[in-house]
Amino acid sequence: MRAFVAIIRRDLLIASRIGGAGALPLVFFLMLVTLIPFAIGPDLNLLSRIGPAILWLAAALATLIGLDRLFQADAEDGSLDLILASALPAELAIVAKGFAHWLTTGLPLALCSPLFGLLLALTPQAMMDVAASLLVGTPALTFAGVTGAALTARLRRGGLILSILVTPLMIPALIFGVSAAQAASVGAASFFAPFLVLCAISLLSIVIAAVAGAAALRGP
Amino acid sequence: MLTVLANPTRFMALSGRVLPWLAMAAAGLLVAGFALVFLTVPDDYQQGATVRIMYVHVPAAWLSLFLYLIMAMAAVGTLVWRHPVADVAQKAAAPIGAAFTFLCLVTGAIWGKPMWGTWWVWDARLTSELVLLLIYLGIMGLWRAFEEPSAAARAVAVMTLVGLVNLPVIKFSVDWWNTLHQPASVFRLDGPTIHSSMLWPLLIVAAGFSLLALALHLSGMRTEILRRRVRALTLQQARRSEVDLGHIRASGAGL
Repeated sequence: MRAFVAIIRRDLLIASRIGGAGALPLVFFLMLVTLIPFAIGPDLNLLSRIGPAILWLAAALATLIGLDRLFQADAEDGSLDLILASALPAELAIVAKGFAHWLTTGLPLALCSPLFGLLLALTPQAMMDVAASLLVGTPALTFAGVTGAALTARLRRGGLILSILVTPLMIPALIFGVSAAQAASVGAASFFAPFLVLCAISLLSIVIAAVAGAAALRGP
Repeated sequence: MLTVLANPTRFMALSGRVLPWLAMAAAGLLVAGFALVFLTVPDDYQQGATVRIMYVHVPAAWLSLFLYLIMAMAAVGTLVWRHPVADVAQKAAAPIGAAFTFLCLVTGAIWGKPMWGTWWVWDARLTSELVLLLIYLGIMGLWRAFEEPSAAARAVAVMTLVGLVNLPVIKFSVDWWNTLHQPASVFRLDGPTIHSSMLWPLLIVAAGFSLLALALHLSGMRTEILRRRVRALTLQQARRSEVDLGHIRASGAGL
């Protein structure tokens, strides 16, 4: 348990000293949300209708940022080998690194999404739905990415192939996330059914990432 | 049987003997099947002659999943027994599977245009087939990203199994997504239940395409094994010439 916490604390420390912690993904998130109205026009009715979908799409893309360095940086300076050789099972070490990554990307995005909802003319109820669905859904996005990051850890240039591998794995979270987030704006559909499935997908992604990532990192 | 095939040399000898027969059987079944399709199968009372697209479309859809299954089984072989022939089986299956997936999508689009009036709909089945194609392409990209074949095989094996777990989840969520958005206009092709005069040619053609896929897979595996031998020999050659050069340089310094 102490090793688990130590990995999280170390990654948060590195993120705060190099990447400005959660600030840069947030800026990227804001950038994507800003771009959409330029592409489809400033019609507030349209924006409020597709707003939840825009926020979810932006969250999925923002999650991809920095994923390729998640294990690569550790593989280069040798700390990955130390982590794998330690008493902590590799599966748990991967969950710890993924959790630290989520704390600096997914969590800030979910917490700030109501603010960005204002730009897209969302109703307060829709903002709450989007924030709640992002809060439980972004772990699914992050851990889908962690799987890909572990697979490409020892590649010099893994960025593009990582995105191509990971994006199809994000589809289920995107579908259920958007249908939960749109419950308020569309009206008819219920919020809780997709929300609960989204929770299940997040938990499943954590398990898959832990097992698959460990198998990939242990390597030949 | 698997342990016998596990030796690459024995695999090459055996597959070299089986391959021509397999290819001939595939060709015979395909010729017979398509002769039946074009000569005896009646035009559908609603769809006319376009119904014959089915005889390519349905086997292609079936094989797109079948080859993923082959790839997944080979992936287990790679991860559990770390066997090079399993690596090779995995690698050879990916492009064939991608090709059948692509064929399925293209024939589906050609069939959809006269029947549904559009090349593409975001129907649940079409969408999951498209996602399958994306996963195939990602796996083929991952093969090319690694320099070392054994490291590539391991990463691809993990990715293939992750995909195997995810495909049902994706299928299920796409079904949910589709039924949520357009419940009334789901396209259904189950007008007439299929008549035996149409079913038999379909089964023959499907068997022909399956044998064709197996023949392609075997020949792809043989090519890959030969490619690896060439790679090993080239590396050996390079190492030997390096030693020679070092020897000459050393003797030159001695003079």
